[in-house]
Amino acid sequence: MTIKFAGFDMYGLEALYTDEERMIRDTVRAFVDERVLPVIEKHNREATFPAQLVKPLGELGVFGATISGYECAGLNNVAYGLILQELERGDSGVRSFASVQSSLVMYPIHAFGSEAQKSKWLPRLAKGDAIGCFGLTEPDFGSNPGGMTTRAVKKAGRWVLNGTKRWITSGTIADVAVVWAKVEDGTVRGFLVEKGTRGYTAPEIKNKFSLRASVTSDLIFEDCEIPEENLLPKTEGLKNALMCLNQARYGIAWGAVGSMMACYDCALNYSKTRIQFDRPIGGFQLVQAKLAQMVTEIVKGQLLCLQLGRLKDQGKSNHVQVSIAKRNNVSWALEIARSARDILGASGIVDEYPIMRHMANLESVFTYEGTHDIHTLIIGEAVTGLPAYKG
Amino acid sequence: MKIVVCVKRVPDTTTQVKVGPDGTSLDAAGVTFANNPYDEYAVEEALKIKEKTGPGEVIVISVGPAEAAQILRNFLAMGADRAILLKETAPGRDNFGVASALAGEIKGLAPDIVLCGKQAVDDDGAQVGAIVARLLGMPVVNTVTKIELAAGKAVAHREIEGGHEVVEVSLPAAFTAQKGLNEPRFPSLKGIMAAKKKPFEEKPAPAAEPRLTVIKMEPPAKRPAGRILGKGVEAIPALVKALHDEAKVI
Repeated sequence: MTIKFAGFDMYGLEALYTDEERMIRDTVRAFVDERVLPVIEKHNREATFPAQLVKPLGELGVFGATISGYECAGLNNVAYGLILQELERGDSGVRSFASVQSSLVMYPIHAFGSEAQKSKWLPRLAKGDAIGCFGLTEPDFGSNPGGMTTRAVKKAGRWVLNGTKRWITSGTIADVAVVWAKVEDGTVRGFLVEKGTRGYTAPEIKNKFSLRASVTSDLIFEDCEIPEENLLPKTEGLKNALMCLNQARYGIAWGAVGSMMACYDCALNYSKTRIQFDRPIGGFQLVQAKLAQMVTEIVKGQLLCLQLGRLKDQGKSNHVQVSIAKRNNVSWALEIARSARDILGASGIVDEYPIMRHMANLESVFTYEGTHDIHTLIIGEAVTGLPAYKG
Repeated sequence: MKIVVCVKRVPDTTTQVKVGPDGTSLDAAGVTFANNPYDEYAVEEALKIKEKTGPGEVIVISVGPAEAAQILRNFLAMGADRAILLKETAPGRDNFGVASALAGEIKGLAPDIVLCGKQAVDDDGAQVGAIVARLLGMPVVNTVTKIELAAGKAVAHREIEGGHEVVEVSLPAAFTAQKGLNEPRFPSLKGIMAAKKKPFEEKPAPAAEPRLTVIKMEPPAKRPAGRILGKGVEAIPALVKALHDEAKVI
């Protein structure tokens, strides 16, 4: 196990993590250095998902890491956050895969599923023997998921699903989809749809400029019949889907820190060795201003995540805090990627360096799991009491 | 099968080391420490043997400062069952001192197999495994790349210049691990959480008379600065002359 990324601790944060949290981070850090970084540019270039990483990540215990039992690791939320930070230091697509598997598939099965659903799926998903996806967003309903048109109608003891989901991470490769649909009285409920079910197809969305090492798909349901027991019994409304998103957004806030670290580290090293006007460009004030801003924002991002994780472990966090962290960290990650690209000059645009890949990936991260603007409005509503996104 | 693995905390291979002010040891300031890489092969092999041969125990043991507890915890996280740290009172113990402290402790454990890394990457002593085996009266096979067990004996493969050597030893025996023996696993995250609940024994390492004293440690000589012989085609004769007469490469 060799860690190549030295990391940096400008603000004495190491002391705020427990020994186990640091060991978990360092283990995933070494995994990313040894297994992800050597192959990621090729996958990104060829727009292929690094499927060979799924089993090893499962063996490591990354998926559903906060769940106790069902062969999951039973970690706290800070340790889980550090895992995602390291994965996204590798690639946002790899982190997205892990986020979906853990927060959007294993979490709802664990929180809203029957015992039979949990014991059937959680151990397989944990080990990477099965892949999951989460279908909420539709072509016409993104920021406003409550308007969804996907319907589930009960007929002769079975549920019949009709509708289309879009921008679904891991859709095409998923063995099980957690699908949200309205039942006859208009209530949103969650269902498990298995790969190969008649009437269910999941074509991949091709030609993306972003998250190229991750699979993105449509989920199409045409009179798709599933057994009655595939309903997630404890789902009773859209709020359950939003609870899943809250888990995932928490992880994204940490992941963005990983991306910031990768871009900063690259720009810093480049600035020390790139000579212009007979000296390293890192010695020029304008470059230093960029690096100083980057490192300051990274420290702030780390602190936002760490306190949020501690609150979450105490059961005291709320969705507004999650919005603050996701909104701030992803937005700064994007700024840092652009600034790092600037420091690298023309070299910044080729995939010999990771920056442009991170930058392009972050455009998706900026939009998915609650767009930057929607998070702004969530915070705005929390401080004013006036919801701006409702009619 | 009871297997003891001797491990050491060493500066991380990616860290920059400096000679300390005493001129005889490394300056620990700003150095990150890690598992000795060869010890990872040794621990992995011990875990594999245990997985294959059924009930048994893998014990990791180290002589080192209090901070060496961390690397023992890393190996517990990989899957070792328990750890023993023989704490150093002062730095500077020589290889024989380390080996005799280890052997003294291992004797009471009566293992079937003792595994060590072939050398520690800090002092490159490459002595401890062999001395431990000698003190325990065990046969030792150095730099092994494969170990196969049969009733009461082991067949070990060693890489030698230009080929392989295959040797048979009766157990108990000691082996030192070479790169290529296996692919060390990552500790699982569950394993990391379980590690803190595993038995961890700490006791002072018995005093040892030094048999060897480091009198000087110095960094390699600085490489001389490059020299520009000229520009363009006109510089070629001077370059050829320098490559032939000075560098003696052509």
